[in-house]
Amino acid sequence: MTYLTKPKFHHPSLPKNTLGYTRRDYEAATSTLCAGCGHDSISAAIIEASFELAIEPHRVAKISGIGCSSKTPTYFLGASHGFNSVHGRMPSVLTGANLANRELIYLGISGDGDSASIGFGQFAHALRRGVNMTYIVENNGVYGLTKGQFSATADRGSKSKKGAVNTDNAIDLAAMALQLGATFVARSFSGDKTQLVPIIKAAIAHRGAAFIDVISPCIAFNNHPGSTKSLDYVRAHNEAVNALDIMIGRDAITVDYEPGKVVEVTQHDGSVLTLRKLNDDYDPSDRLAAMNFLQQETAKGRIVTGLLYVDGEADDLHGHFNTVAMPLNQLNEPELCPGSKALDKINAGLR
Amino acid sequence: MSLTAVNDFVIRFANVNGSGSASANEMFARAIMRMGIPMSPRNVFPSNIQGLPTWYEVRVTEAGHLGARGGTDIMVAMNPQTYNADVASVEPDGYLIYDSTRAMPPGKPRTDINLIGIPLTAICNKEYSDPRQRQLFKNIICIGALSALLDMDITELEKLVGEQYRSKEKLIQPNIHALHLGRAYAEANFKCPIGLRLQRSDKVGDRILIEGNAAAALGAVYGGATVCAWYPITPSSSVAENFTKFCGKYRHDPATGEARYAIVQAEDEIASIGMVVGAAWNGARAFTATSGPGISLMQELFGFAYFAEIPSVIIDVQRAGPSTGMPTRTQQCDLINCAYASHGDTKHVLLLPEDAAEAFEFTAGAFDYADRLQTPVFVLLDLDIGMNHRLCRPLQWDDTRFYDRGKVMTAADLEAGKDFGRYTDVDGDAIPFRTYPGTHPTKGGYFTRGTSHDARAKYSEEGADYVEGMQRLLRKHETAKGILPRPVRHDAGKPTRFGVIYYGSTAPAMHEAAEILTARGHTLDLMRVRAFPFHQDVASFIADHDFVFVVEQNRDAQLRSLIVNELDIDPVRLVPILHYDGTSITARFISSVIGDRLDALKVTPLRKAMS
Repeated sequence: MTYLTKPKFHHPSLPKNTLGYTRRDYEAATSTLCAGCGHDSISAAIIEASFELAIEPHRVAKISGIGCSSKTPTYFLGASHGFNSVHGRMPSVLTGANLANRELIYLGISGDGDSASIGFGQFAHALRRGVNMTYIVENNGVYGLTKGQFSATADRGSKSKKGAVNTDNAIDLAAMALQLGATFVARSFSGDKTQLVPIIKAAIAHRGAAFIDVISPCIAFNNHPGSTKSLDYVRAHNEAVNALDIMIGRDAITVDYEPGKVVEVTQHDGSVLTLRKLNDDYDPSDRLAAMNFLQQETAKGRIVTGLLYVDGEADDLHGHFNTVAMPLNQLNEPELCPGSKALDKINAGLR
Repeated sequence: MSLTAVNDFVIRFANVNGSGSASANEMFARAIMRMGIPMSPRNVFPSNIQGLPTWYEVRVTEAGHLGARGGTDIMVAMNPQTYNADVASVEPDGYLIYDSTRAMPPGKPRTDINLIGIPLTAICNKEYSDPRQRQLFKNIICIGALSALLDMDITELEKLVGEQYRSKEKLIQPNIHALHLGRAYAEANFKCPIGLRLQRSDKVGDRILIEGNAAAALGAVYGGATVCAWYPITPSSSVAENFTKFCGKYRHDPATGEARYAIVQAEDEIASIGMVVGAAWNGARAFTATSGPGISLMQELFGFAYFAEIPSVIIDVQRAGPSTGMPTRTQQCDLINCAYASHGDTKHVLLLPEDAAEAFEFTAGAFDYADRLQTPVFVLLDLDIGMNHRLCRPLQWDDTRFYDRGKVMTAADLEAGKDFGRYTDVDGDAIPFRTYPGTHPTKGGYFTRGTSHDARAKYSEEGADYVEGMQRLLRKHETAKGILPRPVRHDAGKPTRFGVIYYGSTAPAMHEAAEILTARGHTLDLMRVRAFPFHQDVASFIADHDFVFVVEQNRDAQLRSLIVNELDIDPVRLVPILHYDGTSITARFISSVIGDRLDALKVTPLRKAMS
């Protein structure tokens, strides 16, 4: 970690987005994670994605659980309200928050301990309910804050820093998310910002449950030979299925792509996801095929990354509930209280 | 010999769970209410869907004693599994009504009770061929027979049949026919009425008959709850189910049909409270309904909400613990687990309603208290209040009442330059201001965390910051004392050294017990505690008496422990009176235990000493 505080002043020539914000407006306190931590790259990608999407920083609610990953909301979007909840319970807190005000952008930040172990149930249920959110797991396969125990996403046969071999099967959160009905599922790598930033942008633009599993090597406890979540290992086994360009609004696509090499998905908000195929056979609109492909490639020892699945017609929990457009936290007595006359009628019916 | 009384007896129906007896029994109880006679029904049921024994008891009480009395004057024994025990429980000179179609199960016959055999099965088999009809109409025929035996107004039963089957009209006549079959048999074969009988009265007044859980759910609707997250658990499930029903009726936009609420049946109690905390943090009024096991599961987030100061409302319908305990039996056993919920030093606000009317008021109020105090508020019902129909005063709402959203800083406040420190005590009442997420582009943002924080919500492990925060939370608890419902004191009207403290569902039994004790020559002042932290009046009440009996429904005298702990009272002065077998506490129990103790203390009744 660094002890240097960031200077407050901006260089006048810093680039601004369409709202007039600079990247600095999306930054926050200096990270206290280890130097070189993958999580800091993810924070940087969130800042970049938010800047490029030109979202109002204060209209984001960033909610996390407990662990190194869950500390990171302190390090991006400083003007947003943050909620560092309890271990494994980010999904329920986020669900409640989302029900209270459907107008904010919900960013759920979690880790593999937080989501694949103690919070595995909540991870599953928030996805199957279709809560409108961007759920990011910063996945390093290890418990960092408690110094190096295996997490539930550690691959069987991989080695801990102290040399212990993991004998338990790994949970593949992206595969789980597909099975659970998440309408946007991606996997990326903290070391590949070019891939990660557009994925985060597309996830934020997605209306519904968007899940991103980001492999994020732990420099301190899981970056050694024998680990399958080290920088070198992930680079060597990364198999990206596509590269994503996201167009906000219905702008004409000006880039020419080779015919048959592009898949386009238009989301509810009008954003157009243009996916350049890196694997000719991969179709990100086919959930079943995505599940099969993931399993096959995992069996070969490959780490599949990219936008694995997206449903442009997805709906969210508010849609299922048919809730009013006005956020529930803005409703008052006239909308909520049936009044004394209705109560008199109720009383009369109870005699 | 046979018992004789008018409008004062206990009748108990012994049935098999799932046999359709519940609606017939309820109709019987309502008919008595419609005759203007106060009555108090109680369901005694197993944790089972079909096949196990279940009892329905109706206490008919012209005097208006709504607590359980204990004992059975008339047993309607329709369950062979429990027949012998049911027969044994009838009061001497009481009545046993049984199906005389077949021989009675073997057992020791009683000669000290009156037997009334009605060939219910035979009447049914003669009249109906469909097995399900035989089963259902048997219950109705039985009620018809009772109407003659007890001199019940049959027109009230007929009206109730009409109301119950309003939407299934073809069922009305067959049910009325079944009523008359039973009534005719009883009139032809017995001297009607028997010694215990009904007589039209005017003692019900404008009171209503409602279950506490339904009243609490209405309280949540009126109190402005928009988010409900829950997990099914007996005996609380009907709170959320009723909330769903009432929202369906009262909470849809008339123009668009859209819902002004969101109800999530969560994956467990932990997720339920997580959603409540998340929604409340974001400015919606949110609640969960649960019971003891759920309270245990929610502990971590209770501590979070206490420390991070997030309003939340928890309705706990208590059942007998520990562990799974007796899921369908009543107790007041969650007080300490709620009052000090979660690890570390915590204290929570508890509300202790006595009946459905207070369940409505306190639940609606809980949202104001939670928003005002920015802390979890527990509404402690129990199975006795929650799952039984009980007469209570009509529910009332003042249309000029506004929701107290507490101290919320708005965008305009921030724009006007008001200083915002999330945990800063600016008004001296230890309650800080909060902002809803998304309020202002540059001001009012803060980080909510369960880690220690300073007055401006920044992470801090400085001892001084931590202690300042913890002390402020204690001071906030003091503020709460002035806001919450105050205890209700009833003095005997003449000097006494003895007082009684009680709360919740004990109230009706306690009031009746006080009358019995007065008749026995004992004078007692009463105080009903309605909230925790305790108002100063509780300490004063104890100071005014040498000894105070604390009557409650748990093994470990939990309210007494709270009083000793919080008010520094010498435990010797607080005498625990405890009832915790899972049945409703009775006036007979309270008056005999307190009476015996007072006798043992060799207290000379005041009037004797003075004469």
